[in-house]
Amino acid sequence: MINLRTLSEEKSLFGAELACHVGRSRRDFIRDAAGLALGSTLLSGSSLLHGQALLKKRKVIVVTFGGGARDQETFAPEGQEHIPYLLKELAPQSSFFTQMMNHGILGHYVANASLATGVYESLNNFSVVPPDSPTVFEYFRKDLNRPSSNTWVVAPSNGFNRIGESNSRLYGPGLGAGVILPKHLLQAALSGSKVEYGHLLRDNYETPLEVPRLGGNEVHLQQLDNILKLSVADFTAHARTVSSPDELSLYIAKQLMREESPSLLWLTLHDIDIAHSGAYSLYVDAIQRTDRLCADLWKAVQSDPEYSGNTTLFILPDFGRDADTDAGGNGFQHHRTGGAASRTTWMMALGAGVKQGVIYERPIQSIDLVPTIGAMMGFSPKLSQGQPIRELL
Amino acid sequence: MLPTDLTAEQFRSYPPLAQRLAVSHLAALRQLPLSFLPSLLRELIEYDDKFPAERAALDSELATITAFSPAQTANCFRAFAQIRLSSTQERLDWVGQPAEFTEELSAFLWSSHQMDAFQKAATDYGNRMHTVTETEALPLPRLGIVVIGQGVASYNGPLFRKLREHGTYFGSVDPSDGLQQLLAVAAKRAQAHPLPYGHWYIEGGEPAAYHPSLTCVSYAKLEPARSALLKRIETEAAKPGMGPEALRNHIARLTPAELGLTGDLVLNRFQVKVLTEGSGTQIFSTTFAQWTAREALRRAEPLTLLVRYSPRQRQRPMNELLSSSTGKLAVDPVSSLIDADMGAWYQWINQQRLPGAMWSSFVVWLEGQNRAVAIGPSLPRGTESKSAINLKTLLSLALA
Repeated sequence: MINLRTLSEEKSLFGAELACHVGRSRRDFIRDAAGLALGSTLLSGSSLLHGQALLKKRKVIVVTFGGGARDQETFAPEGQEHIPYLLKELAPQSSFFTQMMNHGILGHYVANASLATGVYESLNNFSVVPPDSPTVFEYFRKDLNRPSSNTWVVAPSNGFNRIGESNSRLYGPGLGAGVILPKHLLQAALSGSKVEYGHLLRDNYETPLEVPRLGGNEVHLQQLDNILKLSVADFTAHARTVSSPDELSLYIAKQLMREESPSLLWLTLHDIDIAHSGAYSLYVDAIQRTDRLCADLWKAVQSDPEYSGNTTLFILPDFGRDADTDAGGNGFQHHRTGGAASRTTWMMALGAGVKQGVIYERPIQSIDLVPTIGAMMGFSPKLSQGQPIRELL
Repeated sequence: MLPTDLTAEQFRSYPPLAQRLAVSHLAALRQLPLSFLPSLLRELIEYDDKFPAERAALDSELATITAFSPAQTANCFRAFAQIRLSSTQERLDWVGQPAEFTEELSAFLWSSHQMDAFQKAATDYGNRMHTVTETEALPLPRLGIVVIGQGVASYNGPLFRKLREHGTYFGSVDPSDGLQQLLAVAAKRAQAHPLPYGHWYIEGGEPAAYHPSLTCVSYAKLEPARSALLKRIETEAAKPGMGPEALRNHIARLTPAELGLTGDLVLNRFQVKVLTEGSGTQIFSTTFAQWTAREALRRAEPLTLLVRYSPRQRQRPMNELLSSSTGKLAVDPVSSLIDADMGAWYQWINQQRLPGAMWSSFVVWLEGQNRAVAIGPSLPRGTESKSAINLKTLLSLALA
C-alpha cells in the first residue's frame, strides 16, 4: 500500500552518505568471483544448435525465484557467500546478464505471468485468474503442434494454478501447460489424515491476512498416479523427508522429467518469499537452499539422456526486493517501492546453444524471455512485447 | 466527488481534533488533486491518536499548503495532477474512508503503470516540504541503542558488518551490568528531557526493570493481544465469502479494546498498528522489535530509543511440520542474532532519516559479551579499538 508519509521521508544528507554502498558497477559484481569475461569483448558467433532435427530435440527449463532476491544477497560481493553453487558451478558455464529489468507490477504471480507471456500483465496479483496474453506454453504447443504432456509448470499455490493458460481467444483453452502445485498435491494426499495440515499451504508471506483460494485447472490427485507415476504413499513418504516446499517442487520437477520428458518446463520456487516475515536469517537460508536446488536440477539435467546436451536452463529471480536505504520500504522484507533495487535483478542462461563464462551488462527486460525462448525453440510469440536476447541466439 | 466539492459537513465523522483541523484548512484542501488528497486525509483522520511529532508535522504541512499562492499550489502538485484516475475512484468515499481509497489507488497505480510516476511525485513533494518546513533544534542529540544476541553463548560469525564502517568497533567491552547501564542512561535522558513519547524502550521479550519515564513496548507483554488478533484472523478468514481485502479492512478497524489493550490510547493505537500492519510481527519477536523500532522512529521521532532483541521461535522445517508433533516451539538464538544484526542496521538507517542526523549517536552491543560498535559525531569511522571499556563509558564516547 502506498504511504506518502514514508515515501517522503528520505532526507538529503542520508541519501548522499549511503550512495557509496551501491557505487560499484554491476559489471564488477560477479566477474571477480566467477571469472567471467565481459560479453562485449568477445567475438560474435553463437554455438546455437542448428538444424530441424536438433531443434525438435531442444528443451528449455526456466527456473524463477518467485520470491524476489536482491543482488546484495546473491551476486553482489557481500552476497556471494550465500550462493556457492550458482557462483562457482553454474555461472562459469553460463551467459550471465547483470541487468534484468522488470517494469511491471511487482507481485509474484503477476510478475511470473508477465515472464511467461512476454507482456507486462495487469492482473490482480492475489486473484486466481489467467493471464490476458498468450503464454509461452500456448505459443509452443500451437506453433510446434506439441501435446499437453510436452510442457509443464511446477509452482507455488497462490494464483499460479492459472499460469499455464491465458484468456486469449487466439490461444487459450486446451493449448496451455499442465500446472502442478506440489503443496496442493500434498494437501490432497494427506486429506484422509486426522491431523490438520492447513498451515502447510501457507504460501503467501506478504501478509498474515491472506488465505489461499483455489479454483481452475490444478492437477488432481489421481494425476499423481497417471502422470508422476507416484503412489500417494510414496509421495507423502518423500514429502516427510524434505525441509521445504521448494524441495518438494524440485522433486516433482525431476519426476516429471523422468516420466514425461517435457520439452518446456517451468519451475517457480518460492521459499525466498519468507522474507516477508521480516526474519533476515530465514530469507538468507532460503536463498542458500534455492542455490543448492538449482545445482541439483542442473545435475539432473546432465545425468538424464533426454536432457543432457540439448537443454537450455534459464535461472532468474522474478524481480528484486526493496533497497535498505529506500524510505518507502523496509529493506529486504518487501518489494513495494518500485525502486531500482526491486526492479533490477539478474539472469543466467546455460546449456545448449549458450556461450559459457560470459557476462553481459546491457539491460534486458523480463518480457524478453519469451521471445528468446521462441527463437531458440522455433515458435513465434506474436503478441509478446519483448525482444529476443540477441546474445543468446 | 472531486476535492473542489468538499464541504465541512463531510468531516463530521472525523474525531474532534481531526475534524477541526480539516475544516480550518478546507479552502486549501479543495485545491489539491484527488491523487494526493486522500493520502493526506488518511493521516489527518487519525490526528487525535497521533504522537506529538506527527501532529506537529501535519500541522506544519497543512500550514504550508494553506500559505501557498494558487501558482505555488499548481506547481507543487502538478505531478500528482497528471496522474490519471478513473471515474470509479471519484465515486469512492475518499473523505470518510481515505485508507480504503489509498489501497484501491495503489492497486490502480500498479495496474496502470503509474506507480513510478506517483513515487517520484511523492518523493519530490516530500523533499519540497522538508525544504520549506523549519525544523526546531533538538533539545539533545538523538541516541539509538540496540542490544542483540540474547541467549547466544558464543558466536564467532561476522557481526555489525554494515555498521562498522560508520563507527568504531570495540572488542573489549566489559559486559557486566551492561543492560542496566544502558537502561540507566536512557532513563537519565528521559528524566532530564521529559518529552511525551520522547524516550523509548522496545523489548523483544520480557522487559527488564526500567524507569517509568521510558515508553515501553514489549513483545511478551503483548502476547494476549497477539493471540486475540490471530484468533480474530482465524475466525474472520473462515467466514463464507471473506476475501483478503475484506479481512484486511476488518482487521484495520480493530480497536485496542477489542484486543484487550487498556490505558494509553495513543500508545495502544500504535501497538495495534504494529500488530495489524506489520508483516511477521505477530509471529517472530525479532520482526516485532525491528518493525516497532522502525515505526517508533518514523512516527514518534524519539530522542532516545533502546531496542533489545530476544530469541524468536524456531521456524520448523516441512518434514517436522508433517510429523504433526505439537508442543511449545523452541527458540532459535543464533538465527535471531542474524535477524537482529540486520535489524540494528535498519534502525541506524531509520534514525539517520530524522532531523539532527549529523549529531546523533548509535551503539549496538552483543549482549553479555564484549563486542560492540559505537557511532557518533566524534568517533572515527571504520576503525577498531582494543581498549577495555564499559557500556556507560562507551555511550559517553558516542555522545561526545
